[in-house]
Amino acid sequence: MINDLPNLTNPVCAVPHSHNDYIVMGHGSGGGMTHNLIQKVFAPHFTNSSLDANNDFGIVENTGKNRLAISTDAHIVSPLFFPGGDIGRLAVCGTVNDVSMSGAEVIGLTASFIIEEGFPIKDLERIAISMSIAAKEAGVKIVSGDTKVVERGKADGVFISTSGIGYIPEGTDIGGANAKPGDAVIISGTVGDHGMAVLTARGDLGLETQIRSDVAPLNGLIHSLLLEIPDVHVLRDPTRGGLATTLNEIATQSEVNITINEASIPLNPEVSSTCELLGFDPLYVANEGKLILILPDTMAEKALRILKNHQYGREAVKIGMVLPDPQKRVLLRTRIGSNRILDVMTGEMLPRIC
Amino acid sequence: MKYLDEFRNSDLVHNAIARLHRITHHPWVIMEICGGQTHSIMQNGLNLLLPEKIELVHGPGCPVCVTSLELVDKALAIAAQPDVIFCSFGDMLRVPGSSGDLFSLRASGSNIKIVYSPMDAVKIAQQNPGKQVVFFAIGFETTAPVNAMSVLQASALKLDNYSILVSQVTVPPAMEAILSSPLNRVQAFLAAGHVCAVMGYHQYFTIAEKYQIPIVVTGFEPLDLVNGILKTVDLLEQGLNKVENAYSRIVTEKGNVAAQNIINTVFKKVDRNWRGIGMIPMSGLGLREEFELFDAEKRFSIAHISTHESEICISGQVLQGSVKPDHCPAFGTICTPENPLGATMVSSEGACSAYFRYANGKDSTS
Amino acid sequence: MCLAVPGKIIEIKNSPGAKMGKVDFGGVSREVCLDAVPEAVIGNYVIVHAGFALNTLSEEEAQATLDAFREIDALDAELGITSE
Repeated sequence: MINDLPNLTNPVCAVPHSHNDYIVMGHGSGGGMTHNLIQKVFAPHFTNSSLDANNDFGIVENTGKNRLAISTDAHIVSPLFFPGGDIGRLAVCGTVNDVSMSGAEVIGLTASFIIEEGFPIKDLERIAISMSIAAKEAGVKIVSGDTKVVERGKADGVFISTSGIGYIPEGTDIGGANAKPGDAVIISGTVGDHGMAVLTARGDLGLETQIRSDVAPLNGLIHSLLLEIPDVHVLRDPTRGGLATTLNEIATQSEVNITINEASIPLNPEVSSTCELLGFDPLYVANEGKLILILPDTMAEKALRILKNHQYGREAVKIGMVLPDPQKRVLLRTRIGSNRILDVMTGEMLPRIC
Repeated sequence: MKYLDEFRNSDLVHNAIARLHRITHHPWVIMEICGGQTHSIMQNGLNLLLPEKIELVHGPGCPVCVTSLELVDKALAIAAQPDVIFCSFGDMLRVPGSSGDLFSLRASGSNIKIVYSPMDAVKIAQQNPGKQVVFFAIGFETTAPVNAMSVLQASALKLDNYSILVSQVTVPPAMEAILSSPLNRVQAFLAAGHVCAVMGYHQYFTIAEKYQIPIVVTGFEPLDLVNGILKTVDLLEQGLNKVENAYSRIVTEKGNVAAQNIINTVFKKVDRNWRGIGMIPMSGLGLREEFELFDAEKRFSIAHISTHESEICISGQVLQGSVKPDHCPAFGTICTPENPLGATMVSSEGACSAYFRYANGKDSTS
Repeated sequence: MCLAVPGKIIEIKNSPGAKMGKVDFGGVSREVCLDAVPEAVIGNYVIVHAGFALNTLSEEEAQATLDAFREIDALDAELGITSE
């Protein structure tokens, strides 16, 4: 039955040429090429049970009672400053969010900077202030850091890498492999805002929009949720590769099918219009202030109430369900009532003419 | 968005599909010309909702797919030169030439920019007087006016650092090539709505008459596509070989004469090589003599390009709708989206790429 | 081959060499060449491809198409058109 379903012709035009010898941009997109690179180059050498669980965080035991969740991320956004945020806010929120998706209380961050020769110090300070504001909002401290400078031309202004650590409360078991048939799938708000804000801010496409990045720390939102609903199965933020790619990751890890309803996916109208113009699918566009929540359907209503009560969850909505079939696919019920496969992203999404 | 969302209305689409089921009594093979139509059909899962008797075959209407290998190689050769800013629509960047693509060339340091419009490339030329700015002017008749306009603007601004690498193709000769092939199975065409917005559809009357087939101008949203298929099946069931317009909010019979004049001022008909199909006479557009200055092929001395195309690839037959992608022996084995042998596996509008995702899904990669 | 999107003209500038305008697409706007729609005025809808207006959009025809599909079930019932 599943084999009869048509698959999405990925709206990225021109599927990637094989790049076996050199890194190309598609390797950094968060979709299929990134996954293959990690599997081929890093996984064989770094393999361990923490890493192989394929979550955004790694769990380690320590001699005390609690497990630790650790996450690390590098941030290379261009432009550095965009409507709704900047690389500093992104660096703090990105790692706070990744650690928090385990249910952990984030206890500290590190931040290391690779700065290009010639970069204005006042811009660096602007970034530092932004990080400080984001960290205060999240209630976390940046406890360690490093700074390196490279020659002009060797870095795009500044690259920031952050790592975060958190304690996972006993009894908490949240991860990508935990989605169960019958679970509800909820998204905490509109999708595609961050990716389109950054793209339009670059100015290359001549588009005038008011789109703002959604970059935000979600640990407060998650804390409110877990206080009242301990039985959450999956939390994940749909960053690079977007909602579609992230749901596919979860479907693979949990060995289930997930079905979502196209009509229910919340979209900022400007994001929707910009995607139409460029031929993008908002389901593949990055988000930096949203989470996917998968939990027993009986708890869905309650979860939605809690999310909507929080500034970062006002437009939360249930978008789908977890199905028992083990084909590890994501299915989209389209606006016109057909069902098709929603694949991972491959390569980089490019404005198309066709 | 206004005038998009209404044509995606689920109830109206269902009404239309229900009617289609009511009027379809015989099996029919219908080709949608345009890659954008193929994309919309697949993205909306429309083919699942159609009556089984209707077989949609995908046409060669993807300028990315059909740009000749030789021109891609020329683009790579030009873009690799120092002091060149090579501008292109985004989807051309991943088309493989004989060795590599524009993306990997960018990775090794060439100045390659994605633009939304060739008029933005003209602006880049104005802002970079010390560089040669070249725009990869691909497209069907939909894109010909704006590609032409960029040349007219560069000329008006007296820019000596702007040129275009022309890979323009036209629809009617391709339709005739398909219809006159002994392998042809196509019984009707959904004509490309936006091409017709420019060109009108008066050119199709002789084709419909000569080959005795109906041709219906069709748009891109779900309701437009079903509307086009409805009118087509209606004509087929009655044995009528007429030309009709199912995209009347955008298309008129004579098209946009002002746009046609812009095209004719700058371009003339030329022979064109279609990747995967071969040479179709008078199926392309090239720059007129008075605009030769803006022809990148003449401005840049590129050594003779020897191209290497796969001998196994049968995308020509796929593009004509005579073979389904998954019947090709190379399909999914040595020819995949990651390692495409031919045009139709390259672009996501290409039929082979679409079938790959449909046929393989995720099972074969895990 | 033809990703083109409908938008509303919100500004017209008579620049040297080309008639340019600004078109709004549901909250996002862009400069568009209006040379092929010389009679278009602010408030008209145009169909835009790669920064170029291919044609104006007829709002009457759009409504007529939508109306036809709203009535299709009733019409077919009247005509006795049923599935076989």
